[in-house]
Amino acid sequence: MVHQYKLGGYNIVLDVFSGAVHAVDEVAYDAIALYETHTKDEIQTELSEKYADDGVTKEDIAEVLCDIEQLKADGKLFTEDVYADHAFDFKNRNTVIKALCLHVAHTCNLNCSYCFAAQGKYHGERALMSFETGKRALDFLVENSGTRKNLEVDFFGGEPLMNFEVVKQLVAYARSMEKEAGKNFRFTLTTNGVLLNDEVTEFANRECHNVVLSLDGRKEVHDRLRKTVNGEGSYDLIVPKFQDFVKKRGNRGYYVRGTYTKYNLDFTNDIFHMADLGFTELSMEPVVSAPDDPYALSEADLPTLYLQYEILAEEMLRRRREGHPFTFYHYMIDLTGGPCIYKRISGCGSGTEYLAVTPWGDLYPCHQFVGEEKYRLGDIWNGITNPAVQQEFKLCNAYAREDCRDCWAKLYCSGGCAANAYHATGSVTGVYELGCQLFKKRMECAIMLKVAEALDKAAEA
Amino acid sequence: MKRIQTIETRDLKKSVETGGCGECQTSCQSACKTSCGVANQQCEKCMEQK
Repeated sequence: MVHQYKLGGYNIVLDVFSGAVHAVDEVAYDAIALYETHTKDEIQTELSEKYADDGVTKEDIAEVLCDIEQLKADGKLFTEDVYADHAFDFKNRNTVIKALCLHVAHTCNLNCSYCFAAQGKYHGERALMSFETGKRALDFLVENSGTRKNLEVDFFGGEPLMNFEVVKQLVAYARSMEKEAGKNFRFTLTTNGVLLNDEVTEFANRECHNVVLSLDGRKEVHDRLRKTVNGEGSYDLIVPKFQDFVKKRGNRGYYVRGTYTKYNLDFTNDIFHMADLGFTELSMEPVVSAPDDPYALSEADLPTLYLQYEILAEEMLRRRREGHPFTFYHYMIDLTGGPCIYKRISGCGSGTEYLAVTPWGDLYPCHQFVGEEKYRLGDIWNGITNPAVQQEFKLCNAYAREDCRDCWAKLYCSGGCAANAYHATGSVTGVYELGCQLFKKRMECAIMLKVAEALDKAAEA
Repeated sequence: MKRIQTIETRDLKKSVETGGCGECQTSCQSACKTSCGVANQQCEKCMEQK
């Protein structure tokens, strides 16, 4: 399968099943588009006529067709799908648990309107995780991680800093057993910044592999939905803290992460605002909401959103060429060191390799399923007691959905987010169409940026 | 090739033999939390080799 598109002044051809990417001129672009449905003579005639004014001859077209054949022989164009018959085996292989999302606080000191966690409570009671429960969760992770060395633990909420003492105790406990267990813990802290202070900063910069700082962008955009419990905007409270934090963080991983909604369809201005505040590692996510929420995104917004992603890519290209780049999470793509085919088919690992733990020690397939009783997998003391749900997630892969069969992006999204699918369709193997459309646009932009980078480098050499 | 420039990429077919070690990051842990894919993840082995 081949996917072709034009973006940012580039003609891009993606060979889906090998992962190869080609930048081509107009003639080659058309020749590749016709290759599988026309004879060579037809292509030569059609294109030599179309490009006659450019001096393109039948011999030129023959040369292009020869190149296409060579790429096909090399497994870089029109590669057959050799994975479909093995997809379920790939995902069904023995896996271990390698990541936990620890819900250390089902409570929050902000009252954000769009919070999928219902202001941190996940539609349940307010609660803080005890050290004993957290400790057991870490033991559970080690016990179920097999020979996997790197273990990921995300302190999540609600607002995890409302339970900072337990966070510190859990990190100390994890560090104390790392050597003997032969493990390496990588901690992530996701925070709204309200309680960020010197002590937290020093701790996070020493212990956390990654820190996610929630900011929606421009003050008026951020303050509209991210309010304190008193109903005031939180921008002025947190932005100086984030700036101080990032300054002290050096080159360690972090993201300033926002959510965009119907209220800021021009969300690139929020990303540029973040960059102008001095942040360079940025993420901006489409809101997850019910379709009738006033801030919900809809199909009608797609043309605007597509344009926004293109504006973002082109501005990133401009800033990179001018020497002051920033990173956008969804445009990060490593064409040479990206995921192997197993990962691309298996997806995020929710419900199998990645689980969420509530303050009470209950296990769910991921943080977005917490509170959905039918998706409760078990608990950290008794393990998985609902294997049917785990099996449902185990079979959830890039080839599990009929709608994805002819989609060029399935090896980039693995069939999409199970939680998004569930909330949109009622099934984890459903398809969240709006999310798919946005994802595909983001991938086109991400690949275009890599093409531009490669060609810029080649031109400099 | 005069009209086609091939960008260096990882060969997915070859990764059937070399991949599957499972040491890579779980996608949703890093930044998105709401709309994850795998494309922007990195291969742990490839990172070690770089």
